[in-house]
Amino acid sequence: MASVARLVDSRVLIPLRLLGLTALAFVAVGAFLLLFGRNPIEAYGVIFKGAFGSGYGLSEVVVRAIPLMLCAVATAIPARMGLLNVGGEGQLHGGAMAATWGALTLGALPRGALLPGLVILGLLGGAAAAFVPAFLRWAAGVNETISTLLLNYVIVLLVEYMVRGPWKDPMSYNWPFTPEFPESARLSFYWGTRIHAGLWFALVAITLFYLALRRTRWGYEIRVIGDNPDAAARAGIPLGRYVLLTMCIGGALAGLAGMAEVCAIQSRLRPGISTGFGYTGFLVSWLALHHPLGIVVMALLLGVLSVGGDMVQISLGLPYATVNIIMALIFFVVLGGRFRKSRSG
Amino acid sequence: MAVEAPSDGDHVYLRLEGITKSFPGVVANCGINLDVGRGEIHAVLGENGAGKSTLMKVLYGFWQPDAGTISVDGKRLDLRSPSDAIRAGIGMVFQSFMLIPAFSVAENIALTLPGSGVLLSVSAIRARLREFGSRYGLSVDADAKVWQLSVGEQQRVEIVKLLVSGARVLILDEPTSVLAPHEVTKLFEILQTLRRDGYTILFVTHKLNEVMAIADRITVLRKGGVVGTLPRARATLPDLADMLLGERELRAGSFERRDHEPGGRAVLELHDLSVRSDRGRTGLARVSLRVCAGEIVGVAGVTGNGQTELGEAILGLRRPAGGRVVLDGVDVTRRSTAAILAQGVACIPEDPLRMGVAPGLTIAENMVLDERARYMPFGGLLTDWRAIRREIELRVENFGIAIPRLSVPVGTLSGGNVQRLLLLRALARKPRLLVAFYPTRGLDIAATRMAQELLMVSRNGGAATLLISEDLDELFALSDRLVVLSRGAVAGSFRPGEVETVDVGLLMTGAAKRHEWQASPASSIPGS
Repeated sequence: MASVARLVDSRVLIPLRLLGLTALAFVAVGAFLLLFGRNPIEAYGVIFKGAFGSGYGLSEVVVRAIPLMLCAVATAIPARMGLLNVGGEGQLHGGAMAATWGALTLGALPRGALLPGLVILGLLGGAAAAFVPAFLRWAAGVNETISTLLLNYVIVLLVEYMVRGPWKDPMSYNWPFTPEFPESARLSFYWGTRIHAGLWFALVAITLFYLALRRTRWGYEIRVIGDNPDAAARAGIPLGRYVLLTMCIGGALAGLAGMAEVCAIQSRLRPGISTGFGYTGFLVSWLALHHPLGIVVMALLLGVLSVGGDMVQISLGLPYATVNIIMALIFFVVLGGRFRKSRSG
Repeated sequence: MAVEAPSDGDHVYLRLEGITKSFPGVVANCGINLDVGRGEIHAVLGENGAGKSTLMKVLYGFWQPDAGTISVDGKRLDLRSPSDAIRAGIGMVFQSFMLIPAFSVAENIALTLPGSGVLLSVSAIRARLREFGSRYGLSVDADAKVWQLSVGEQQRVEIVKLLVSGARVLILDEPTSVLAPHEVTKLFEILQTLRRDGYTILFVTHKLNEVMAIADRITVLRKGGVVGTLPRARATLPDLADMLLGERELRAGSFERRDHEPGGRAVLELHDLSVRSDRGRTGLARVSLRVCAGEIVGVAGVTGNGQTELGEAILGLRRPAGGRVVLDGVDVTRRSTAAILAQGVACIPEDPLRMGVAPGLTIAENMVLDERARYMPFGGLLTDWRAIRREIELRVENFGIAIPRLSVPVGTLSGGNVQRLLLLRALARKPRLLVAFYPTRGLDIAATRMAQELLMVSRNGGAATLLISEDLDELFALSDRLVVLSRGAVAGSFRPGEVETVDVGLLMTGAAKRHEWQASPASSIPGS
């Protein structure tokens, strides 16, 4: 019967609350900076200027937000049915590897055939990386949080092996990376910036996620499972099939982020193609409460922090970890606030 | 009717004055006064929606009243949260228990202790448990995991939890609605012992006979206000019913029962069905059963004797260890739940909130859960939510459920309303087979009547119904045939007219021997 209050709560108060909590995290980091004798206002100024002070800064924010959005959706889709996919990082690398294989072996194909093929390979690579923990969860009840997390290390190490071994560029003077991809395997850049076609992938993925969740039976059934798996099973909703489906679709999207990174930003596979996009994407999804629009906003916010972090490093001599601390604090404060609310509610 | 003071010598221990609490659109409590003496069992009687739960939640600090005061022992309390109430010695046992299934009894109790700090002294709790156990007959194995306990045992854990945390006022919200008859007797014994030791007990219920059996004084609520308070000695059943229902008359108690020729087409057949339960014991042992079209087969039995397993095996949620489930002549033993439901099976589950609905989704969304393919054609792209809402509104209105809006999450509704929605949802499908667990549990008198009528209409329309219940009066009134389930096996099968409720009750509790109740020819089961 407290429905009206609840409605107001969810439409207005939750975003406001998130905003307030985020601000609180910034204040906390400020206090932390003060403790080390730095001026927090100056640090935030640098972050802000780095991100918004120039067209380049702004475009870089979007560049970082692209993989974050995709990895966030990779977390959000399984999360809607109660699964914790922490494997975005591994799935991203899986997609990058699959796309790399395509770019190196099918390079002779014309661009119009190769690029769609690489997109599909990226999706498949990510889906394959997610399939392993999903299958283990479905068949043996293995906790997907642990298995996705651990698999990240395996897949990243596999990338290391490939770029130092079978795929190493013979002309690289022993640097660990693959040969540069042919021109036909590169995604387009726009507006003279590093913003690439991956942006459309991310926006389409988020839109489809939103529509699927609200407008399809598939999304409805996922929401039922997420809310009450027992009732879902009793209504004949096949839980096991949805475990495989949501995990693999999520993984595929993270894989697409990996494909975009190697086919646009790097134009080759090398270690460190991702600065923790999978993990930060997980953070984005939880900060956005797995809401599509929230994911866009939060991915941009963390994109700002990430670009600003470079600036803090350059102009203030503070370590990049400052930004990690800010992110971690936002995460704790927001999740803490959420938890408190659900307990008192 | 006048409000009477607590009996002589007893001073007022707990006093609620002018409690008013409204929610958007509804005044749930309106100027309620309630005086309760120390060591008194005070029944709070009212229909669904009379405001009992709201009043108790105000007393428990869960909600703050818009107006009014609460005092205990002459001291005025300002209860801002349940923890304030617990500090003031007021504890509450909810209908759905607040226990963590994976934890042991002792661990669950340790969790609720105020100021228990980081280190949980499980051994100290064990000692307290033993102490309370022997004094009040609340014996519970401290090391048993909660999920292994029966509902009655879980309720005892809840009560012990309150005692250990120092509560002197115990609020029990519809405590008997989840209990089997013999467990009710046991609960009443416990309550009487607690009363002797000076505990004050608020017993919230809508069941008249329970009030007459246990209460010292009775306060009747209707439409958010107090109708009157009277000692049990001066209360009579007809008076209480009048106060409870107001001008509304109780409708006559017979149903229109259309007769069918005996032995119609079998819709559900169970052949030697054996099912293992969660505890690794045999949940069902070679059960054979047959439900025909247009027939209600009642399954009497104390909860925990295989009912859950029976339902889960029929619905394909639990693989049988042996035997077959046959629906309309088709063996569905290994079919998926979806395939079985698609054959026209509907179920009203034993725990509506936990098994039947997604509490965070809206009423409308929950009402289409069983018929997703019909309401959400083409993968849901053509779902007409407006038409769905209109259709549901109509059905809901006909059934007299007071619901603010269909866009409200189901989790905000009372247990009785959720039960009614599930009943409507199941019957709206015009099922071939309805598996109904305790279909009137948690419903008030009027709604029970209506629910039973709906079940009868569905039967007359040719549906096969498996009615699982503990309420013998209901089983006898509705069933064409009755079987008794005891320790996972069919202990007897007969027609309601052939036996007395008392005999069935004895059979349910295992007090009567099985062979005395061999099936009569007319109701014999093939293969038994």
